[in-house]
Amino acid sequence: MSCSNEEANNYVPTPSSLEIPQLFEDNILNPVIPFNNPQTVEGIALGKKLFFDPILSGNNPQSCADCHAPENAFTDSSRFSDGIDGILGNRNSMPLFNLAWNYDEKFFWDGGAFSLEHQAFVPVSSPIEMKSQWKQLQQELQNHPEYPTLFNQAFGTSTIDSTLVTKAIAQFERTLISSNSKFDKYLLGVGTLTSQELNGFNVFMDETKGDCFHCHGSDKNPLWTDNKFHNNGLDATFTDLGLGKITGDPADNGKFKSPSLRNLAFTAPYMHDGRFATLEEVINHYSEELKTSPTIDPLMKKVAQGGVQLSAQDKADLKAFLLSLSDDEFINNPVFQNQ
Amino acid sequence: MKKIIASLVFCLILFSCSKDKDDVVLGALVTFNFFHSWDETSVTNSDFNTIKFANANGENLSIEKLRYLISKVTFTTSVGEQLVLSGYNLVDVTNNTNLSFTPIETIPFGNYTNVSFTFGFDNEANSGNYTDLNSASWNVPAMLGGGYHYMQLEGKFIDSNTNETGYAYHTIRAVDNSVSPTKFEDTFFEVDLGAVTISNSTIINVEMNIAEWFKTPNIWDLNVLNNMLMPNYDAQIMMFENGQNVFSLKSVE
Repeated sequence: MSCSNEEANNYVPTPSSLEIPQLFEDNILNPVIPFNNPQTVEGIALGKKLFFDPILSGNNPQSCADCHAPENAFTDSSRFSDGIDGILGNRNSMPLFNLAWNYDEKFFWDGGAFSLEHQAFVPVSSPIEMKSQWKQLQQELQNHPEYPTLFNQAFGTSTIDSTLVTKAIAQFERTLISSNSKFDKYLLGVGTLTSQELNGFNVFMDETKGDCFHCHGSDKNPLWTDNKFHNNGLDATFTDLGLGKITGDPADNGKFKSPSLRNLAFTAPYMHDGRFATLEEVINHYSEELKTSPTIDPLMKKVAQGGVQLSAQDKADLKAFLLSLSDDEFINNPVFQNQ
Repeated sequence: MKKIIASLVFCLILFSCSKDKDDVVLGALVTFNFFHSWDETSVTNSDFNTIKFANANGENLSIEKLRYLISKVTFTTSVGEQLVLSGYNLVDVTNNTNLSFTPIETIPFGNYTNVSFTFGFDNEANSGNYTDLNSASWNVPAMLGGGYHYMQLEGKFIDSNTNETGYAYHTIRAVDNSVSPTKFEDTFFEVDLGAVTISNSTIINVEMNIAEWFKTPNIWDLNVLNNMLMPNYDAQIMMFENGQNVFSLKSVE
């Protein structure tokens, strides 16, 4: 033990535990922090700098924040994001918040990345996204006037590699915690809801109406997602297999991750392919436009009739409730901005 | 050398302590393994997502999700004393998790006239707040009394129009909120597995016959009762009745 102390360099990272919101602390399990990537002040700061730095993309035109903008709860307001060559993907960029509470650690719409670190690795080298060559990027970072020092402060080495880059970004992403919506304040007893929002919550929780809670959580699960994969009746046939492409199991075809319903005011368009521009379209889908397929989730009701046929009032109330889950403090938090 | 000697001394102390402890240990941990069948045929999650089962009403069906809660494992002695173990277990057949459950308490050696568990939560337990169950989206809406699901059994069946239709056989505490005051009926139940002898570490294998949920005493017609069953008071009572013969003791090892 004394030997290792003597050999240690000036690497003295400052632990920085996540500030767990009260509703999270009271109701759900602790966040997932990998034992080999603890949160540190230096690591988080480095991750933030990398997240907003276009150096990560080939020829440096694009940063992570280009497709994950803070004002959009770290998603893209465009249906599909374009990479550095202007090539569009086929999925809507996922918003980024409360990621440390993804207990299964399956990320992306199709669950194709295990761990937040791995997730951060993928877009950097994707040919239709940031299109960097990791070797070249590592060299670029190595030659940078600041990064070697910052990596040394964060990880005890100034030798930069992709593992440390993604570790730092993941540390920053884990700090993106959203927990101050109007509904959160209502649950904490420091805010009120309108009668329309309250009725909308009842529509959400009513198995004979919205029945949203089975996949999107409840007042007892502040994540507002189960982080599982479902076929929610968007298509009768699939051009994008979703989870099925990852697992190879036909029973998973057409299944995509349930997104959190937090911050919907900022995250349009909706669904994995951003096909719905408005919340009205989303609600209409579940109410009247469900399409059957072999893998449609059994929780999708009255599929033969197109859905549960919500009344116009229930639809409006449901929308009002959903919007009460949006967190202005989160998108305006200066700690999360590029400053 | 000093370090080696110190380590040896430490080990001697450690093992001495364990020996002393062994001398006074008079019980063992008991593990419950949960198996599943469709009548005589074993069922695992590899059987899921295919329409391959037929219920008592003649409907062909698949299983896509099966998870259920058990709690309050209890050992009863010949003089009627009950050893109630803490903890609960959310068996998740879909994801092959928690199919084995070892309560943390040691069970004293001896003969027990019965070992039992509660399917679901009794009302006291159901009023608690459990972070793991909340994280698993296992809650029941407050408008239905709150608390937690007891079981979620989901899949598809071939309906009377030969269409594949989803079903969601969810069991909760029965509630009728169309009347005032809201009417509740308990639907958790005790599963008695019979006598066991605990003489060493013991494994108790429990089997759920899934077909029974559709069979006795109520022949279940999925064309009529397939979804939105949580707020259906009568359906919950029928599920409770059908659940009485679902579990059995498969073996003790």
